[in-house]
Parts: sequence; C-alpha cells; structure tokens
Amino acid sequence: MTAGAVPGWDLVVGLEVHCELLTATKLFCSCRNAFGDEPNTNVCPVCLGLPGSLPVLNARAVELAVRVGTALRCDIRPSIFHRKNYFYPDMPKGYQISQYDAPINRGGWLDLPGGERIRIERAHLEEDTGKTTHVGRSGRIHQAGHSLVDYNRAGVPLIETVSAPDLRSADQARAYVSELRAVLVAVGASDGKMEEGSLRVDANVSVMVSGAPGTALGTRCEIKNLNSLRSLGRAIEYEAARQTAVLEAGQAVVQETRHWNEAESRTTLMRSKEEAYDYRYFPEPDLVPIVGDQRWQVAVGADLPALPAERRARLSDALNGVGEAPSPLRSGAGGDGREAVATLVELDLDGLVLGAVAAGADPRLAVNRALNEAAADLVGARRLDPGAFARLLAMEGDGRLSATQAKAVLAEMLAGGGDPVAIAQARGYQALTAEALEAAVDEVLASYPDEWSRYLSGDVKVGGFLVGQIMKSTRGRSDGKAAAAALEQRSRRSAKRPLPGESGSGKGRLSGKR
Amino acid sequence: MAHVARLNRLALSDDELDAYAGQLSAVLEYAADIAALDTSGVSPTAHPLPVGNVWRDDVARPGLDRAEVMAQAPAPEGNCFRVPPILGELA
Amino acid sequence: MTALETAAAVRSGARSAREVVEGHLATIQAREGQIHAFNLVTAELALQTADDIDQQVARGEDPGPLAGVPVVLKDNLCTRGVPTTCSSRILDGWVPPYDATVVVRLRAAGAVVVGKANLDEFAMGSSTENSAFGPTRNPRDVGRVPGGSSGGSAAAVAANFAPIALGSDTGGSIRQPAALCGVVGVKPTYGLVSRYGLVAFASSLDQVGPLAGTVADAAAVLEVVAGHDPADSTSLGQPAPALAGVLGQGVAGLRIGVVSELMKGSVDVDARVREAAGALARAGAVVEEVSVPAVAHGLSAYYLIAPAEASSNLARYDGVRYGLRVDGPDVTSMYGATRAAGFGAEVKRRIMLGAYALSAGYYDAYYGQAQRVRTLIIDSFAAAYQRFDALLAPTSPTTAFRVGEKVGDPLAMYLSDVCTTAANLTGHPAMSVPYGVGDDGLPVGVQVLAPALGEPVMFKVAAALERAAGGGGGAPGAGSGGAGMSTAGAGVAGAGAGRAGGRPTDGIVGPVGTR
Ligand SMILES: [Mg+2]
Ligand SMILES: [Zn+2]
Repeated sequence: MTAGAVPGWDLVVGLEVHCELLTATKLFCSCRNAFGDEPNTNVCPVCLGLPGSLPVLNARAVELAVRVGTALRCDIRPSIFHRKNYFYPDMPKGYQISQYDAPINRGGWLDLPGGERIRIERAHLEEDTGKTTHVGRSGRIHQAGHSLVDYNRAGVPLIETVSAPDLRSADQARAYVSELRAVLVAVGASDGKMEEGSLRVDANVSVMVSGAPGTALGTRCEIKNLNSLRSLGRAIEYEAARQTAVLEAGQAVVQETRHWNEAESRTTLMRSKEEAYDYRYFPEPDLVPIVGDQRWQVAVGADLPALPAERRARLSDALNGVGEAPSPLRSGAGGDGREAVATLVELDLDGLVLGAVAAGADPRLAVNRALNEAAADLVGARRLDPGAFARLLAMEGDGRLSATQAKAVLAEMLAGGGDPVAIAQARGYQALTAEALEAAVDEVLASYPDEWSRYLSGDVKVGGFLVGQIMKSTRGRSDGKAAAAALEQRSRRSAKRPLPGESGSGKGRLSGKR
Repeated sequence: MAHVARLNRLALSDDELDAYAGQLSAVLEYAADIAALDTSGVSPTAHPLPVGNVWRDDVARPGLDRAEVMAQAPAPEGNCFRVPPILGELA
Repeated sequence: MTALETAAAVRSGARSAREVVEGHLATIQAREGQIHAFNLVTAELALQTADDIDQQVARGEDPGPLAGVPVVLKDNLCTRGVPTTCSSRILDGWVPPYDATVVVRLRAAGAVVVGKANLDEFAMGSSTENSAFGPTRNPRDVGRVPGGSSGGSAAAVAANFAPIALGSDTGGSIRQPAALCGVVGVKPTYGLVSRYGLVAFASSLDQVGPLAGTVADAAAVLEVVAGHDPADSTSLGQPAPALAGVLGQGVAGLRIGVVSELMKGSVDVDARVREAAGALARAGAVVEEVSVPAVAHGLSAYYLIAPAEASSNLARYDGVRYGLRVDGPDVTSMYGATRAAGFGAEVKRRIMLGAYALSAGYYDAYYGQAQRVRTLIIDSFAAAYQRFDALLAPTSPTTAFRVGEKVGDPLAMYLSDVCTTAANLTGHPAMSVPYGVGDDGLPVGVQVLAPALGEPVMFKVAAALERAAGGGGGAPGAGSGGAGMSTAGAGVAGAGAGRAGGRPTDGIVGPVGTR
C-alpha cells in the first residue's frame, strides 16, 4: 500500500524530530555527552536530579541551536526555559527542562530536494531523558518483569524541530527527515546517527477527505518511537491505512498517542486524549533567560557552511542544466538528474565533481564516475584531488584510456591517491594513438577482406567480429566503442575510396604523444 | 482533588483528600484578593532580578563515582536503578 | 563570646578551636534534650575539624575569618558524607555526595560544623513543628515554638549551641524564627548567596542566610558565604559585600520608612517597631511612615507561587535513585506509596495546592496572576525606595506562639509570614534584629528591609538598632546569665531605647550614610 494513495483520502503529516546535539557535555551539567558508555558513569548531582543541584546552561548548545535556527531560516528570539512536569523513571527530576511558549527558534522552512517547501514551526532546546531497559520475567524465577534505568543520557542536549503539518506522504516524510538530518549534520549540530538514537522522530498523522480545505484537518494521532527512516515510512503508511479504515467504516478517529511496534509492524495505543498529561508548564526558576545578542547571532550565521540545498543548486548550475536532463546520468535506479545531484551532495561528493568540472572535466562523465565508481569508496573519494580526477576524466574522454582502464586507474587513485598518468603508465596502459588504431584497422581489414566486404554490403553482424579482431590486435588498449567507431568511420570513407590499403596512415592527428 | 493527587503521584486516602480540599479552598479563598486585582498590562515576574545569558563553556568534567551513586539506590541492579514494571505510566 | 571574638582568640592562639568546640558541645549536651534543635550533632567530625584548625594555627597558617567558630547548618544544606534529611522521611538514609557551596565556603573560612539543625519538612512551615523528627522548642520558653522553618538554627543560636548558624528563607524562614528566638537573622538579596546544595523549596524565592547572636557576627558570616557561584545560574556577578566597615557608621541622614501596611501585628510588637523607629530618628535618621500598597497582597501571591514551585521541586523524590522507597507492583503504585509514606501532611498540602495553581485551566488565574502581582509588589517597593534608603516593619506579627497552637489551622500558620514574604517576592534583602520583648516577655524582632544589594545600608540600620537595644556585645546566653539573661537584657534595652532621646548619642558616630 502506498500512503496517501487511498482514493478519496489525503494524508497529512507533521513531524517532531529530536536531535541530540553534538556537544562535549550535557545541556545543564559538565558530564560527558557520549553514546555507549558503561551505565551510570556519566552522571553528577545535576543530571541525577539530586536534592540541591542546579542546572547551568551549556553555551555550545545555545550556539548550535542558533546555527540550526539560522539554517532553517527561523526567527531567532530571546527565549526562556520551562519545566514540563511529569513522572517517568528515566526523568530524574520529575520534570523535563524544555522550551515552551518562548522557544529560541520560531518560524522558518526547509526546502526538500524535490522542491517542496516544508514550514518549520519551531526548533527548541530541551534535555534528553535517561534510558530504561525492560527486563522480562525470563532469567529469574518468580519475578515479574521490571526495568533498569541508566542516566548517562539524562540531560543530553536535544534540539526538537517541529514541522507544520505540510507533509503529504510517507515518502515525503522520509525525504524531510533525511534533508533535516543533512542540515543538522552540515551545521555541526548532529552526527546524524539514527541507529544510535541521535535522531528520533514523533509523527502526527491524520487523514482527511481529498480536496478538503486545509483547515479541515482530520483528528490526528501522534506516533512515537520512530527511530529509522524505514520505521517512519512504515508507521505512517500503517497509520494512514488504519485511520482511513476507521473513517470508511463510518467511525471517528480518536485523538491518541500510539507507539510504533517495529516487530509487529503496527501502531498500538499508548494513551488516549482523556489520559493526556497535564504538564503544568511554568518558567524554570533555576535558569535565566537567553536574551538576544544580535552580533553574536550574525557571527554564528556567517560562520555556517553551505547547506545541502545551496550545494545542490551550485552543483546543478555547474553541471549546466544537467540537473534538468532526463537521465543517462545514472545507470540503473531510474533516477533523474536531480536525484544524481541530490545523491552527490548527500554523499559529500559534490565538491569533487565541482572541482573536476572547474578543471575542465566533462560534467556528464564526472557525474558518472563519481556516482558509480568513486561512491563505492567514499573515504577515498572524499580525499581525492579534483584536479587529478579531472585529468583522469580527460584521458578517458579523449580515448587515451578505455573505460575499463579508466575505472582501474580510478580505483587505484581512490585507494592510494596518485597521478592518473603515472598510474596508467605503470599499469602499462600506454596510450593507443590514432595512428596505432588506424594501423590495427588496416591490419584487420587486410586479413579479413571477405568479412570487410560483407560488412560494407550491410552485414551488421560481421561488424562485431571485426571489432573484436581490432581490439585483439591492439591487445586491449582500445575498447569496443573506439574500435567500432574506427570501423564505422572507415566504412564511410570506403564509400569514396574502396581500397582498404589506401586508407591513410597520416590521417589522425589526435593527441597521444608518449 | 483526586486528579491533582494523581498528577503528583500521591496515594492519598479519601479522608486525606477531603481534608485537603477544605484547607485548600480556605487558602484559595484567602488568596482571592489577588484575583480581584487589575493586572492587565502587567508582565509576570518569574525571576526577582533581571539577569540573562548565564552559561558555561562546553568542557567535560568528571562526574560522580558510580559506586557512591549506586550505594544510594534503594534497588540497585547491575549498575542500574531498578524500578517495578512500567505499566500505565505515561511518557 | 561572639563568633568574631572566638575567631580572633583562635587565630591568635589565645584559645584552641578544640576548647571552643568542646565548650559548645557541652552546652548542647546539657540542653539539647529539652530543645531538640538538631537532627544530627556531628561531634566527632567537629572535633577533628577543630584539631585541624589548631594545627594550622600551630603551623603559623591563618585558618580564616571564622577560625574555630562552631556553626550549625539547617538540615536542608547538603553536606558530603553527612546525612541531609530536610526533616523528611522521604530522604531516609540519603547521604549527599557533595557539599553545598555555602558549606564549602564556611569550611574554607575555618568554621566548624557542629550539626544539622531541625526544620519544618522541606522548609515548609513557620514553627518547626512539621518535622518528621519532632518539633524544636524555643529556648526562651520551651512551651513555645521557635518559629520556622529555620527553627532549629534559630534555637541553636539562642541556646548558644553555636554562635552562628545558616538557615534558608523562602517566605521568612530565617527572619521569623530569629525574631521568635531573639537572635539576628538575615535574608540576603536573591542571588547574592549561592543556592547550590540548598535543597529547593521554591527556587525563585529561596535564599540562604545567617543567623547569629549579633549583627556583626551575621555580617561576618554573610561576607564569607556571599559572592558569585558559577554553579548557580541565578547567582549574581557581585562579590560579597563589605559589611564590617559599615556597622559603626550610624544612621544620621538616612531616610527610613515604616511600612504602614505591615503595622498590623499585635499591639506590643507594633509598639516595639515604633520605638525602634524612634531610636533611629534620635540617632539622626529621617523616619516617616510610608505606604507600600501592593505589599498587602504579598502573602496571597506567596502562597500560590511557593507551593507551585515546590510541587515541581519535590517531584524528584520518587524512590528510584535515593531515599525512601515503598515498593509496589508497578512503578505508578511505587511512586504513590513512596510519596504518601515519605511526605508529611504539610508538604502534601503544599504540593496539592501548588499543582492545582499550575494545572490546566487554573494557571492564569492563580500562578500567572500571582506572578503579575509580584511585579506590582516590586514596583510598589521601587516607588518607596525612591524616597527611602531602608524600611522598617515587624518581622512577625506576634511573639512566639505555643507549641501546637496553630497546628490544626494551616491558614493561621501561614499568616505568621505576613510581614516577611514581600522581601522574597521582590528578591530584596531583609533582616530581623531583636528589639525588646512583647507583653509576654518574649523577644520581638524588628525587620529592616532594603533595596536589592542594599545589604550595607541594611546592616548599618540593623547595627544602630542593636546598639539602641543594648545588644551586640555578646551572643545570647553567653556569659553568666544564660538564655534568660539575654531576654531580660533585651527587655531593659527596649526600655532603654525609649529613653535614648535623653542620652547623648553615644554609639552614633561616623559620617552620614554613603548612599
Ligand atoms: Mg519535546
Ligand atoms: Zn551530570
């Protein structure tokens, strides 16, 4: 089933993305912000909520929040922290310090690679909770299940980015999270590791009658525990189908919070609206306001690296409309040029392609080699010198190297760097001069006059045999394409000068000295 | 009253709830004087003194010794804090 | 012997810290059974510390301005390795792994902690009867309460268990017991003293401060514990104020207002305040009555704001990480059972009240409105401080009431704080100075209020009042007369203050106030 594709119903999704900030320490204490340490080793009076302890804000977390806000085109405003009061064993103080009606980042938007603009309602700072591990009955006799709590994660800084309900499909929701992750990584706010819980998503999902005005949003359900793009997509699709079925059965969707159960591939009820919590928000008296400092904010903004959208635009421009082109860019996958550009940026290979094109490389060839070969070795590709890459592409483009040879040379460059000319030489990929190719053609046509005649009279099948013979005669230094081209050229010339022996040794003046 | 007690995870008897209800309404009645005040245009004071932008550098410092922390735990287990099953508890 | 005299003797080697501490431990031994000022007397630790200090002196080092001075800590101040209970069962067995900043500073100044003082559970109360460990008695009359919530600290100083103590003041919890026990008690400007390690009651109101037998001793303690602390985000940037130098400066030229809205206590208490005002006028101050209209709403605003913050601050006591745990089949029942068993009635009452004031649909009418009224009170005081350098009021509307008298009537108990809450709401400093006695012969405290960071002028006025009352020469109970002597002395001095006009202005020296 494809979400949003149920006839007669439109899907409406808004996302809350919690991102752990890439700081050295927690939001309100100097404990290490680290994943995977031994339980309860990164704890202190503050993040354990010991009596008498007090929070002190991490300046770097504020700076990262401002960077995120700038990247998301938010209005960065004076802000305060609130207490959100509720009980849960992984929350050591009985309240979470979060931002409520005065968040640091308000408004803003995120443009998706597909061109859609998704509005951002807010991106605020808050503290993470500890981790609760459920321990089942098994392993212990006569013991009910219980839970174990580790507070290493308690107090880790989070930025929670809340989108408007602008997303219309599971695919779009995934694209949004993927793009947001790229932005968060780009500004240095996140390591983007969803598998380590660095990014966690809650989805607000509703369906409404197709074509209804935007104000007629259906009753929404919030789905929690979406810790991968895959879960996100599947949960939204499941929930869309569930709600649609409820509505088509003439019943009403009940506003509630649901939990995505990955193993069972379904959402289950966590709590209904009647049980919804009364969080008793009030201003956190242990902290003081973050007041605007325009100069600092401008400095933070100016320091931002290029964002994914800008990088895509820049690459598209450099490829000269390649982005608009329909597709030979990518072998397989059926993507178009826009997807190729997006992928290059996502893989952080846009700089390589841009550099190579600037050094004169053929854009199309640069994109192909980057996406297909260089992408197979990302570490090597990201340190590849664009100039050397451009020289390799030139050698391939003008026939000094066959495609096979070029790929082999590139693989070596990815593995250990080096100059393509030297590598080609060391591998014995001597350049096949035009003269040498012509000579090989002469030799083959002289050896197989009958086949040549048949070819000239239109027997296309025999062409393959002749091409193979030419390649064999050059001992692999010419590829099939070049050999076929030479044969074709010769056949056209033969229309005027039918005698093979007369065809010119002084004909080609292409490069290939050495 | 029962709702407020539940919000605060206080298991109170009906008698206690009744007693508190009476005492709280007496206090709220006393405090009715401020409800009558015109505070339109008055901004709330969350903090007695105006201070802003208090923060620290992002430099890690050693926390507490785990043994000392776990020694305080009413129910330690495997260097974690053990709690009964989390059933109806809301997150 | 005052704290300052003791420190001078220890620093000079004239007395050993051990001798000093042993003397106070003996006083404790003799009278603690009757008073119950302490949750814990740390005699052994105190003697060890005293020996350390004596060794420092022997090595020619200076142990600091409070060298060898015994100090009592309210038992809501965290002490590393020493149980901190807040007089609550819910912290049963908890031993903090860290010291409060004020404790670190006191130790660094050479003070010797002799014990943890009883309090109303989590500082919620005005009589120290809401303690899980039983009430503290007033050393002036053991049938009376010492006030609260720092009743243990005030009683300890009044009984000369130690010359100085630390308390915490959220709505009057230092000043009111100081008044009822006849000692000096100071609520500093909010943010002047670090709250790190003070177990929170109401974070935007709480402030740690000294109780002492004399104004000079209180000033000395404040100088030690005040000043910026990076561990408390609400700590001001200011260094500790220099107070010792202002005490003798006199009040000539100072403008002092008597807050008319707060002169609604019992007749005898109000009379002492007017006498105190008269004494200041005779000492050269310009004294007038002043109206601070919004102060009338202070108690209402306080009893919405403080419980609201408390309901949140006390949510951490859940039986998971430390303290009491009453188990249950699931985590919700464990929480409910733990908190029901761990908290006393008053704490539960305030949690209920506070959560109600914050709950959906009521926030704006109660908590929100109280915060706006807080602004009105601040504005009202700002107007008064345009015209006055300091203000006077009663500290408590009555002298010490009888044990058990108000236990069944929470509202009557809350009214004990009617004169003190305003300074917590505004964040301004205020202190109580003993000034004579009431008709019942029990101490009366006069409250001196000053604008934010106005500690120097406040102490100047307090010192003048102390001189007018004939105090300041020694700790209450010190010397041969014992505790009763001090009461009588103050009574005589109160009368003396009334006669001061006929005497030369001895003690009123120095230039006009520096404001
Ligand atoms: Mg949140
Ligand atoms: Zn920590």
